[in-house]
Amino acid sequence: MINIQSLSFSYRKNKPLFENLQLTLEAGHIYGLLGKNGAGKSTLLKQIAGLLFPDGGTCEVMGYTSAKRQPAFLRELFLVPEEFYLPKVSVKKYVNLYAPFYPNFDEAAFSRYLKEFEIPREQQLTEMSYGQKKKVLISFALATNTKVLIMDEPTNGLDIPSKSQFRKVIAAAVTEDKCIVISTHQVRDLDNLIDSIVIIDGHKIIFREDVQTVTDKLSFKTVSRMEETAGVLFADSNLRGHTIITKNTGNEQSKIDMELLFNAVLTNQQPIQEIFN
Amino acid sequence: MEFKETQAIYVQIADYVCEQVLLHKWQPDERIPSVRELAVSLEVNPNTVMRTFELLQQQEIIYNKRGIGYFISPDAVKKIRQVKKDAFISNELPSFFRGLYLLDLSLDELKPHYEKFKKSNFN
Repeated sequence: MINIQSLSFSYRKNKPLFENLQLTLEAGHIYGLLGKNGAGKSTLLKQIAGLLFPDGGTCEVMGYTSAKRQPAFLRELFLVPEEFYLPKVSVKKYVNLYAPFYPNFDEAAFSRYLKEFEIPREQQLTEMSYGQKKKVLISFALATNTKVLIMDEPTNGLDIPSKSQFRKVIAAAVTEDKCIVISTHQVRDLDNLIDSIVIIDGHKIIFREDVQTVTDKLSFKTVSRMEETAGVLFADSNLRGHTIITKNTGNEQSKIDMELLFNAVLTNQQPIQEIFN
Repeated sequence: MEFKETQAIYVQIADYVCEQVLLHKWQPDERIPSVRELAVSLEVNPNTVMRTFELLQQQEIIYNKRGIGYFISPDAVKKIRQVKKDAFISNELPSFFRGLYLLDLSLDELKPHYEKFKKSNFN
């Protein structure tokens, strides 16, 4: 559904952000895009959405070249950016203005999401808090029913109850014909929702695997003494002992720890990549 | 439902389904919540629930009626006990027995405790 080939891009001369970046994403999944600050997560999402153009290579979504921004492409893609501007109108007016761009917009679903998030419909958008605005935008994004839904740090600014509400609405929204891409630093907010992990670092994609493959090949566990465990690929020590990643040699599957995996891939890239190749 | 840190989520959801059956909350030939309903209420990816259902189908604990949904097998309780008993005996009993041995407790002494536990939890 999303096909990026040999993408290169830089904001400034001689300071490349992407070099020969490859990435394909399919429908029916929720992808978690992880990367350090400044690794290019938001830039990559903007490339997919056609808000930035490649210097070299191609970025195709549903067969359309993103940079051409054809109407047929734009009405099947929605991007919830991290920073956004909403006009000084009521929620109702906002829908009247923007919903017509999306032929599959579901008015009833939009009302359901707003209710779930406890957002009053009559209020002016500019009078809302950041978190409330974000909830309006997320509700709108889900209600557009686009094939591709991209969210940049969606749980940023959401209070504790809304994070659970967010997980519920996303779980209800993903269908086999939809591709959802979420960039996040708060992996613990979303680790049971994300089914495939994409890690971006050093100008390219360095890891892209679905959770099932990860837990087939790697074990995540907590041990009290490291010395007794062979083949530790990565370890993080805390009060409870050592949280470690090893090669999965049995048939058992452990629960994935995405933060640990992220740190492991960044610091011990080669041995981990070898396990997956 | 509170997820534990250690086991894969799809296995934990399978355990949850089995518990509903063993507690007779979900009856044989009763339709169980759909993949999406469970995913929403547990706040997990629907693909994870799908995997749970594939596992339970393989173990003949649930069955699928195309286009209608998933149902509890007529002999689900028997099947679950078959699968779970072996796992319980090999995984959980050893540390329990170790405790009994170290504290010099006999199995007869435990009986009233067990009866009391059953009465206060499952009656």
